Amino acid sequence: MNMLDSFLFVALPYLALVIFAIGCIYRYRQSGFTVSSFSSQFLEGRKLFWGSVPFHWGIVVVFFGHLLAFMFPKTQLLWNSQPIRLIILEVTAFTFGVLVLVGLVGLIVRRLSQARIRVVTSPADIFIEFLLLAQVILGCWSALGYRWGSSWFAADLSPYLWSIFKFNPEIGAVQAMPWVIKLHIVGAFLIILLVPFTRLIHFLMVPLHYVWRPYQVVIWYWDRKKVRRAETVWTVTRPRNN
Amino acid sequence: MDVRAQISMVFHLDKCIGCHTCSIACKNIWTDRKGAEYMWWNNVETKPGTGYPSKWEEQDIYKGGWEKSGDGIKLKGAGKGKGLLNIFHNPHLPLIDDYYEPFTYKYLDLIESGDMDDQPTARPVSLITGRPIDIKMGPNWDDDLSGTPDYARHDPNLGNLSAAEQEAMFQLERMAFFYLPRICNHCLNPACVASCPSGALYKRGEDGIVLINQSVCRAWRMCVTACPYKKTYYNWNTGKSEKCILCYPRIEAGFAPACMHSCVGRIRYLGVILYDADQIHTVASSEEHHLVQAQLSLLLDPDDPVVIKHAQKNGIPDSTIKAAQDSPTYKFVKKWGLALPLHPEFRTLPMLFYVPPLLPVMANLKESTQKVEQQKNLDPISKVWSDNWLYDTSTEELWGTIEQARFPLKYMANLFSAGDEELVKDKLKKLMAVRLYRRWKTVGDVSQEKANKALAEVGYTGKLANQIYYLTSLAKFDDRFVIPASHREQAIEMLDFAGDAKGSTGFGFKDATAERGL
Repeated sequence: MNMLDSFLFVALPYLALVIFAIGCIYRYRQSGFTVSSFSSQFLEGRKLFWGSVPFHWGIVVVFFGHLLAFMFPKTQLLWNSQPIRLIILEVTAFTFGVLVLVGLVGLIVRRLSQARIRVVTSPADIFIEFLLLAQVILGCWSALGYRWGSSWFAADLSPYLWSIFKFNPEIGAVQAMPWVIKLHIVGAFLIILLVPFTRLIHFLMVPLHYVWRPYQVVIWYWDRKKVRRAETVWTVTRPRNN
Repeated sequence: MDVRAQISMVFHLDKCIGCHTCSIACKNIWTDRKGAEYMWWNNVETKPGTGYPSKWEEQDIYKGGWEKSGDGIKLKGAGKGKGLLNIFHNPHLPLIDDYYEPFTYKYLDLIESGDMDDQPTARPVSLITGRPIDIKMGPNWDDDLSGTPDYARHDPNLGNLSAAEQEAMFQLERMAFFYLPRICNHCLNPACVASCPSGALYKRGEDGIVLINQSVCRAWRMCVTACPYKKTYYNWNTGKSEKCILCYPRIEAGFAPACMHSCVGRIRYLGVILYDADQIHTVASSEEHHLVQAQLSLLLDPDDPVVIKHAQKNGIPDSTIKAAQDSPTYKFVKKWGLALPLHPEFRTLPMLFYVPPLLPVMANLKESTQKVEQQKNLDPISKVWSDNWLYDTSTEELWGTIEQARFPLKYMANLFSAGDEELVKDKLKKLMAVRLYRRWKTVGDVSQEKANKALAEVGYTGKLANQIYYLTSLAKFDDRFVIPASHREQAIEMLDFAGDAKGSTGFGFKDATAERGL
């Protein structure tokens, strides 16, 4: 176990996860105003469609693919035990990986070529887009070059990730990986680390609660029944929305 | 019965002179910021015209508002299914060019220019990119029917008018138009609130003002699509949506909203209306021909003891109930039946009401016969002004001027009553009756018999006509602005630290100010 490996696969993950957790909570609580997806569709709509839609749907599928294989490695291996199922899974995952790549390239081209979009672009936006691009290229590369990813991820990397969360990191398996996959792992933790500092934080704001809430929202500043009674005006609890 | 209070506004369109003072007052206070330059929370449109953003009334394009679905209603272009599926790219979102690209001029070039053979010019530059642009569109681009072939002719409200009727509207010497001031309608069934995936939009229970919580908005921009009046705007700089806030900090402090306070023609009335919140869904789902009547039935009589009892039980303060009893808007809308909501067919139950304009309707009769006589003595190209047809009161048939109006009733009906011409005609007859009555009183060229007949036909009495005349023409500020004394214990300013919002008028980043092209 050399110094670099233990930094990249032990220190960096913990650093990234701690900064991610504390940073996101801090940013949400202290400056909720800056938490936004910063949509630029209003300034340019047509090119965004060909970038944003494949990118987002692609990354949703790829993200949950990684997450499921991490959480349920045994189920994953069981599924992969039949070649036909393995092929179906790999082809699907790779297709969505390519969708991400295509969408991301479209988004980067749009961001750099449109004068209006340049105005709403921060250096962090450009950095994060190229970091994502590198990550997606590495991901597609390992899928093509080191088959079959869904199996060896579940067999080797899932235990590594679990060991991180169990506070007993074992990096033997990771150390033996080719450098493409090592870079992919480092990139993943870098991205997690950067979430609280960039617009990436919007992925935590997925508005799923919309599905369950009633359509109309009415907010009262004070309890309506109590506010009529002078003696309770100053003792009732603060209103719900503040 | 779930009685709630709503602050509502009435616009007396006959009095609007289209000066845009309201728009400027609003802009100076709220939207003179980076990212908000293009926003006009209050704007005044010329009708017929395509408006702002261009053709906003055309819901085949923008998919705003609610539509009937079985027994109930559903959002036309947003909602739980469509909204979440289109979250990565909203196909119905109006873009900046549908409004206009905000611009300024490089004025400093005029001052700093050196000696040249030619006059220096101040080039227009975009307020978004800072680069020189060719201005394609601006606020009120089609003001006063300018560019009629491109704009007014494409007014979506002309849709069901015959080609002949449309042609008649745009003949040079018969052209008529009126102004339509618009702010957020603070609807009872707001589509913007219903469409927000984050739940950032809400209606205030105490006064019904619809607001966007800037800390919760995540730029999913569904509200921009869902609002059929296009009165929520996306701030491209801060990544948050914004809208008219009915100047709630001013209302809480006992001042009128800036647009109303600055109104030169005194066309605006602001007051409290009590309504029954239990009926909202039923009313919004009613049949199209019944929508206006249903909406008016939602508004409760504040003098009815049963209503007062329920209001008190619901925690509505006595001062609010008193304000509802004195409300000028309740009088115009319910008691006198003079005002109508704008585009009730969008089913959001808007709480701004408009007294339809009578003037373009009246200027009609005798035009043809008298003109021929006069034109014999004049040069063929000279313009003929005959005074006696502008305010014709001598016609034998009482309502002749309305029936033969040069401004088609159908057009007004498309705007204010979901196509019901009778409803608009009823309002115009009432306005006309009051006018005939006052004509008898002050000028005397109308007989008392005729004036009384006119009043009787619309169900008015002389006393009522005088009240309407007073509130229309003589009303002082306190008659037009009746809002309960501020309940400081309910005011948001008492709950939040105002210093947080200082310098940003509550919107935007504190350090970002608008960059001018200097």
